Amino acid sequence: MVNSYDYDDGDGYEDMGGGHRLHQDLGYDPNFVPDSVKTFVVHLYRHIREKNVYEIHQMYEGSFQKLSDRMFKDSPWPSVDAVAPYVDNDHVFCLLYQEMWFRHLYARLTPTPKQRIDSWDNYCSLFQVVLHGVVNMQLPNQWLWDMIDEFVYQFQSFCQYRAKMKSKTEQEIALLRQYDQAWNVFGVLNYLQALVEKSMIIQILEQEKEGLEQFTATDGYDYSGGSNVLKVLGYFSMVGLLRVHCLLGDYHTGLKCLLPIDISQSGVYTSVIGSHIITIYHYGFANLMLRRYVEAIRDFNKILLYIYKTKQYHQKSPQYEQILKKNEQMYALLAICLSLCPQVKLVEENVNNQLREKYGEKMLRMQRYDDEAYALYDELFSYACPKFITPSAPIFEEPLVNYNQDAYRLQLKLFLYEVKQQQLLSGVQSFLKLHSTISIGKLATYLEVDESTLRTILMTYKHKTHTVDSDGRIICNVDVDFYINNDVIHVIESKSAKQYGDYFMRQIVKLEETINDMDRIKLE
Amino acid sequence: MGREREAPKQQQVSYTVEQLVALNPYNPDILPDLENFVNEQVSSQTYSLDANLCLLRLYQFEPERMSTQIVARILVKALMAMPAPDFSLCLFLIPERVQMEEQFKTLIVLSHYLETARFCQFWGEAAKNHNILEVVPGFEQAIQAYAIHVLSLTYQKVPRPVLAEAINIEGLSLDKFLEHQVANCGWVLEKGQGRGQLIVLPRNEFNHPELKKSTADSIPLEHITRILPILG
Repeated sequence: MVNSYDYDDGDGYEDMGGGHRLHQDLGYDPNFVPDSVKTFVVHLYRHIREKNVYEIHQMYEGSFQKLSDRMFKDSPWPSVDAVAPYVDNDHVFCLLYQEMWFRHLYARLTPTPKQRIDSWDNYCSLFQVVLHGVVNMQLPNQWLWDMIDEFVYQFQSFCQYRAKMKSKTEQEIALLRQYDQAWNVFGVLNYLQALVEKSMIIQILEQEKEGLEQFTATDGYDYSGGSNVLKVLGYFSMVGLLRVHCLLGDYHTGLKCLLPIDISQSGVYTSVIGSHIITIYHYGFANLMLRRYVEAIRDFNKILLYIYKTKQYHQKSPQYEQILKKNEQMYALLAICLSLCPQVKLVEENVNNQLREKYGEKMLRMQRYDDEAYALYDELFSYACPKFITPSAPIFEEPLVNYNQDAYRLQLKLFLYEVKQQQLLSGVQSFLKLHSTISIGKLATYLEVDESTLRTILMTYKHKTHTVDSDGRIICNVDVDFYINNDVIHVIESKSAKQYGDYFMRQIVKLEETINDMDRIKLE
Repeated sequence: MGREREAPKQQQVSYTVEQLVALNPYNPDILPDLENFVNEQVSSQTYSLDANLCLLRLYQFEPERMSTQIVARILVKALMAMPAPDFSLCLFLIPERVQMEEQFKTLIVLSHYLETARFCQFWGEAAKNHNILEVVPGFEQAIQAYAIHVLSLTYQKVPRPVLAEAINIEGLSLDKFLEHQVANCGWVLEKGQGRGQLIVLPRNEFNHPELKKSTADSIPLEHITRILPILG
């Protein structure tokens, strides 16, 4: 049952691109600062002091990547101590530089245990500075999102690392025992929570709805001389909390953390493509585990269409690989949702075509609910699910085992359990579609069960297709429904009424535009 | 990472558990409060999913502090919340090796029977394990309410034996129960075939399709505003 699909690749959900897991000592001198780096930090420092967000973004996205590719493909950047003199030893800049330094390290190399711990310390220092409200910078949303994204990623990576106790050396174990606060789950959650609270972002979003605040309209930027850092970090921390809760298996609370953000509309979370995708991915996944399949299908459909239309614009971006990976994972999740809850009309044409191409055949086999079907559900779930973690520290006194797969195994097992409970439903549905009324006796004969079992199956169908939504109301998930009068089943097929209203509206607007165009020609 | 909390402006010195869960959920110190709250939910027949998930998370973070007795009570309360999927939500947070213990295996089997509407088997298994269940007052009534919910989704008219099996009430007790439902909940009794009895359940949009609100062709107001200039 354990499918090591991408699961045991060590630390990353990112592709390491060719397996650059090189040891870090190959001729790396942390104190050597090439001229290009000197120029880089001097300019970046100046732009940050001058609050020139556009330039900061160019340097952060562009120059940093170029320099990394050119000079630091397999080694870390110069140490922060070496570059500090060029930036007046500015404390905050050094924290920011370190943040980028560690992120680069995680992406290209494998961090040592001590480096993992040092990175945690850096995040603590950085967040504490921000939480004390002494930061007066404006940073690009991309960077602020990356901070939270990376923070959660490194936490997940650390939990995976820590859980592989079997091959740990004595020094590693001693280090883990000594620095037991590093990447402690309480610390991680409380920092994210503190950012949400101190930034007052929830109140800001509330007041914005009543027109008393401006946040989304300015993309979170502060045009009155203040700083956007705390507010936007607080905002993205809500997504961070959703992510962490999904990693723990607490989907209900995860969704609750995201509640202040209205994902039916665009917002600051859509201003950065990475944030947009990660938010919807986890939102959809949480809904899937909560059995809210219709909601999940709607969300995945929307984001997959968005990616389909816009991915060409991100080809040069450093997030491109991650975008593609998440895209593939969400198609797998969509395939799962549609197999459990056939509602094809919710899926847009282009998305549907892509889906058929990737998973058309598998989806047919999944609906057969035989052993092969369960293997496919297992395969898709394992491929697409988040990298679940065990948040507690290992018990060092016990024999050392690897328990990094425990959390994943539990979620997979419970998911397949739910799939199994829905086993008979598609069979029932196909029979119901063929009749407008049918007696219990007759249907029982067709399905080769006794009447009592059939009644049970029919009630299960009703229960599983009428789920409880986030407001506690019952909603029906399917087109093919029925009711029973004593021992006769009456089938109700809800024909989806054609959306005449929407169609007419669009045609009215189009006609108006055409007439306006024609008028313009006459005048010329 | 302890965080200081400012004293609230009101007179009260301590926070309620719900406030703790909302304001300071990632704090190992509130674990005893949450455990007491579970027992309070049991004795006062109330329920809070958020508080219970918070506690299960804390158990996840510090497994050595887990009380299987409390976890069992949380799971029983979650069963009583059906049709909501609370039971699964709790299981997601309980380590597999704990779920292997006898009492949890039993609860999982009971949940399975309820999820697949196997009420006959459920009541049989419940009777065998009444020691786990009788600790939580209101359990029987809650499951009966769930059974009636599922019947109401499914049937306009349900034969008496089917109802009896679902809510585990028979004979004179069932007659009394039906009297009460007829008087207070809009149920109607009819004669079925032979000497059978049919119970007519209240109408709702799930067993009476004509009551389903059609949202198919409704247009939100914001969309209409697009064409108002044209129409004007």
